Amino acid sequence: MLELAWLILVFPALGALVNLFVGDRLGERGIHVVASGMVVLSFVVSLGLFFGLAGLDEHHRTATVHLWDWITVGSFHAPAALLIDPLSVTMALVVTGVGALIHIYAGGYMHGEQNFQRFFVYLNFFILAMLVLILSNNFVGMFVGWEGVGLASYLLIGFYFDRHDESYGHYADAGKKAFLVNRIGDFGMLLAVFLIWTSVGSVVFEEVHHGAGALTAGAATAICLLLLLAATGKSAQLPLFVWLPDAMAGPTPVSALIHAATMVTAGIYMVARTHFLWELAPVAGGLAAWVGGLTALMAATIALTQVDLKKILAYSTISQLGYMMLGVGVGAYAFAIFHLVTHAFFKALLFLAAGNVMHGLPGGELDIRKMGNLRAKMPTTFWLFLIGASALAGLPIFSGFFSKDGILLHVANFNIPLYLIGLFTALLTAIYSFRAVFMAFLGEARDQHVHDHAHESPAVMTRPLWVLAFLAVVGGALNLPVLLTMEHYLEAAVGAPAFHPNVTMEFVLLAVSAVVAVAGVGLAYGRYVKGPSTGVGRISGGVARLVSPLELVARNKWYVDEFYAAWIVGPLLGLSVWFNQVVDQGVVDRAVNLVGQVSLSLGGNLRKMHNGLVPTYALSLFCGVVALLLWFVIGG
Amino acid sequence: MDTALLFDNAVVLLPELVLAVGVMVLMMVDIGRRGQNGSQLLAGLSVAILLLGIGASVMIWGRAPVEYLDGAISDGFALSVRLVILIAGVLGVLLSRNWFPAIERQGGAFYSLHLLAVIGMMLMGTATNLIVLFIALEIFSLALYILSGFYRENARSIEAAMKYFLLGAFASTFFVYGCALLYGAGGSSKFTQIHETLATGGGNPSLVLPGIALLLVGFGFKVSLVPFHMWTPDVYQGAPTPVTAFMSVGTKAAAFAGFFRLMMTALPSFHDQWAMPLAILAVLTMTVGNLTALRQSSVKRMLAYSGIAHAGNILIALVAGTAAASSAAAFYLFAYAFMNIGAFTVTIALERQYGNENDVEQSRLAGAAERFPVLAAAMAIFMLSLSGIPPLAGFFGKFLVFKAAVEAGWAWLVVIGVLNSAVSAYYYLRIVVAMYFQQPEQAGDEKEQPFVPASRSSVFVVVVSVLAVVVIGLQPGLWADLLRGLGQ
Amino acid sequence: MLSQYFFILIMSGLAVVLPLAAIVMGHFLGPRRPDEIKNDIYESGVETIGETWVQFRAQYYLIGLVFVVFDVEALFLFPIAVAYQQLEMFAVLATIFFVLLLVIGLMYDWRKGALEWQ
Repeated sequence: MLELAWLILVFPALGALVNLFVGDRLGERGIHVVASGMVVLSFVVSLGLFFGLAGLDEHHRTATVHLWDWITVGSFHAPAALLIDPLSVTMALVVTGVGALIHIYAGGYMHGEQNFQRFFVYLNFFILAMLVLILSNNFVGMFVGWEGVGLASYLLIGFYFDRHDESYGHYADAGKKAFLVNRIGDFGMLLAVFLIWTSVGSVVFEEVHHGAGALTAGAATAICLLLLLAATGKSAQLPLFVWLPDAMAGPTPVSALIHAATMVTAGIYMVARTHFLWELAPVAGGLAAWVGGLTALMAATIALTQVDLKKILAYSTISQLGYMMLGVGVGAYAFAIFHLVTHAFFKALLFLAAGNVMHGLPGGELDIRKMGNLRAKMPTTFWLFLIGASALAGLPIFSGFFSKDGILLHVANFNIPLYLIGLFTALLTAIYSFRAVFMAFLGEARDQHVHDHAHESPAVMTRPLWVLAFLAVVGGALNLPVLLTMEHYLEAAVGAPAFHPNVTMEFVLLAVSAVVAVAGVGLAYGRYVKGPSTGVGRISGGVARLVSPLELVARNKWYVDEFYAAWIVGPLLGLSVWFNQVVDQGVVDRAVNLVGQVSLSLGGNLRKMHNGLVPTYALSLFCGVVALLLWFVIGG
Repeated sequence: MDTALLFDNAVVLLPELVLAVGVMVLMMVDIGRRGQNGSQLLAGLSVAILLLGIGASVMIWGRAPVEYLDGAISDGFALSVRLVILIAGVLGVLLSRNWFPAIERQGGAFYSLHLLAVIGMMLMGTATNLIVLFIALEIFSLALYILSGFYRENARSIEAAMKYFLLGAFASTFFVYGCALLYGAGGSSKFTQIHETLATGGGNPSLVLPGIALLLVGFGFKVSLVPFHMWTPDVYQGAPTPVTAFMSVGTKAAAFAGFFRLMMTALPSFHDQWAMPLAILAVLTMTVGNLTALRQSSVKRMLAYSGIAHAGNILIALVAGTAAASSAAAFYLFAYAFMNIGAFTVTIALERQYGNENDVEQSRLAGAAERFPVLAAAMAIFMLSLSGIPPLAGFFGKFLVFKAAVEAGWAWLVVIGVLNSAVSAYYYLRIVVAMYFQQPEQAGDEKEQPFVPASRSSVFVVVVSVLAVVVIGLQPGLWADLLRGLGQ
Repeated sequence: MLSQYFFILIMSGLAVVLPLAAIVMGHFLGPRRPDEIKNDIYESGVETIGETWVQFRAQYYLIGLVFVVFDVEALFLFPIAVAYQQLEMFAVLATIFFVLLLVIGLMYDWRKGALEWQ
């Protein structure tokens, strides 16, 4: 079964090619069937890989499927090979499983769009690139996937490149912003790969793993810091998170698939994949934990103040990615991946439900201030969104509760201030997620026009969501202490954690998390449903006043974009103008033109020597003979 | 001598023997055919013979090198060069098939001369003896003199043949004089024997350096090093384009093969003396070739000067004089075979479009991409490869040669080579720019000319060349392992 | 090493100087009394009839070439014939192959009409 792993890549590639070349003859239905079908087939292959792997001995659950020798230059060797281990199979299952559901959903969402074909070509291409990223057995292959998903993301964010509105500006610019910000991270990634190659002498994960012992602590730290830069770019962490909110300009299925469930988790995956390097570099790990914790907190505060439903979700994604980064930073790789999986379920669910809201409201309205009481018009979507929000808020029983708590448990062991930040963020998470639920679906209709025209979405757009909703509820069971232990399953790939919490501490922290989540929901209920005059409302009003100085800052997204514009983009633009006008046009262009003119005139003169007469040619030859003889006889 | 041993080792020359017998069969078939029919049969037969030759080469690939009668050897280097020449030969025959007005009448003469040229070129790579070397040189030179003038309806073609013959004979006299001096110096015509005699202090060393100088003239003429290059543009332009395509690759591969073997097996102990003048020749060749190519208006002349510049690049490998450098040169020639023949094939296809002249002016290329998208795309690939843009085959040729030269301590020469590559990109890319970004001058009547489909065999050649250029570029390691240098 | 070439230099010098000296001396010493007969073109003492620049037929060269080929063949075969008693099997086969090659060439020429005087 494992030898057939290459099929997993072939299907999406085939789908993209078929739709690219004959898509215009297939019609919408045909394109949709081909694109979704291929991803479903990939999912089936992933399942096959999962069971194939389960059949192997517990401690040797890794297999390398060698396809061909891709690059061999000197001692540099990069094979095209797939690494099949619990980590990559888990990721592949998420990518193809959630991906398949979103492909199916997108058929309804994009119905009647002008560029239906182009959309599905891009989407299949994305799946292909993402699978290359997670299945490659070496850094170079991973980098190819890394860049491939970046490209797909760029193309899909700018999918409506001709649109422009107040919220996002020109949509094409949002794509550019994502691409450029990611370039900074990619730069770190490239440097890290170079460093690994020069210090370990291989780019294959397994060989680097075995050779990592030879690394000095300094080299390992440098590599990990560069990898961290790469991860902050792709996974939208401080300081490179600014592209993700703008990325919501893309169609909603794209936001769900690429900018919530899969691509943005690539940074987390990459850190987990290179865990053997991070274990050598505790400083870099600590920094990653702090980056994650602060990102989680900051993004949660911003999410509280946003009024655009998709942007709330975008900031919540950044915040949740912060949790995952916190998890990998403290060495809880298995829990970070666990959270990644559950997050993929509930965040895709939330985005698709938001897509249903957008689809059902006139003009694609997303401003939650204009909504209210949508429950009456779209009950299915309400329930779906509610389930998603509960999982996000980390209410007990729901999947988000278990995975987030697993991370916090390890953080508590690592560093208490970070744990408190994580806990406070959990409170904020509960508040902002239920703020969205309450403002959008309950209460009174604030804009009658919007409310009148609202309608529920077709079945193709709700059925896949029920699958996701089911997973969002029971996903936590993947890591029940006794029955199914994903943590244990992943150990073969990411190593066993050094820290084993005792049961008492585990239960205490579980209880604290549960209380915090419920309290958050309660505060949101008081503020957004009951109103400030009631008892619950007064409490939440008090809390709100407590943090009101922060509100202005948070509403303006902590001025990060403005900071970048003033301190980085502005000076760079000035510098580039100077380079353009003074250095390039004044010095370089002139020098190049001079060289060109001299070459051309020399060439013209040399050409005149060719007058077509044999005696001239013979003379030239004879001069050569004389010169050579003189050189050899006298010089020698 | 043991007679049985002589027959046993004859397998060393198996490809040459296959071709020699093939030529005789071809001539017999030619005199047997009636009237003017059957020239396509002759073409098919030639291709079959050449493919048999390739088969024979592959058969003896990897055998331990054996020297045959003190005159020829089939080591990895010889086999690599043979492969390049045989491929060029096959592609050349395919291109000639429908090209000549006279091919119906004189097909037999044309194809047998073509095969004889291939035999001579292959012998150049195998020769380990001055006499065999000289005979090989003359076999393929004489055949090429006639082939260049084969387009007898065209005055330029005859002029090219005449010039090539006169200057070639002139250069050959120096070559044979050089052979004589070297024989006098080493007391033997055998390369290894010359080396042994001179290395142990015997012989007459004072004759060696003048001998090298004169031999350099002969080789320099064949591979068109400056200042022995003057014939190249006139002959390349005047000769029938299929012949130009074949000889531009074949002559270069053959003469360089002989040059490498002579310098590296007979005269390695004089490396210090001959490396510097060769380096100067390489600089002159690259610079003059590239600069003159900048100002050419004819595609064929441009390719001729580009060929001169490429000879300069390959010469860098000889200056380095290591085993790695010779294998890099073999790789370079292998890549060059496909990209150069490909470029000439597109030129042939364009000649047909523009009214069957024996050349294409660069100004006619403006807007070609719109009218002939496939041809233009193929041409763009060949141009990019010739200018050495990764990841195409040409890049790795240059890369390997430059790498070997740097390792041998010739960094300054490589710097000049890289600068020259930058200059060369200008005239290669100008063709791409003309095809893709310029409008034809008289848009009206250009478009009214009917499209003349390219012959099937030239389409085949273009497809094979494009594939080869791309595949070699993507998997350079595979081919670099296959193509061996001297002493590997 | 230069000393070896020094003799060549002397020889070259002598080769230029001696004929020059003869011509120059003749120029100064000899008497000059030209008349009509003395200025005539020297052509074996007989006046030429018709054009002196005759074009030969191309056929002549073809036949001449074929002749030269067999002339050279005879030259090669002569030593083989002399040493026939000491030759090995291989040499005999090589000779036969050599003759065969030339025969095929002759056949080709013949069939292509190179020997016909048109």
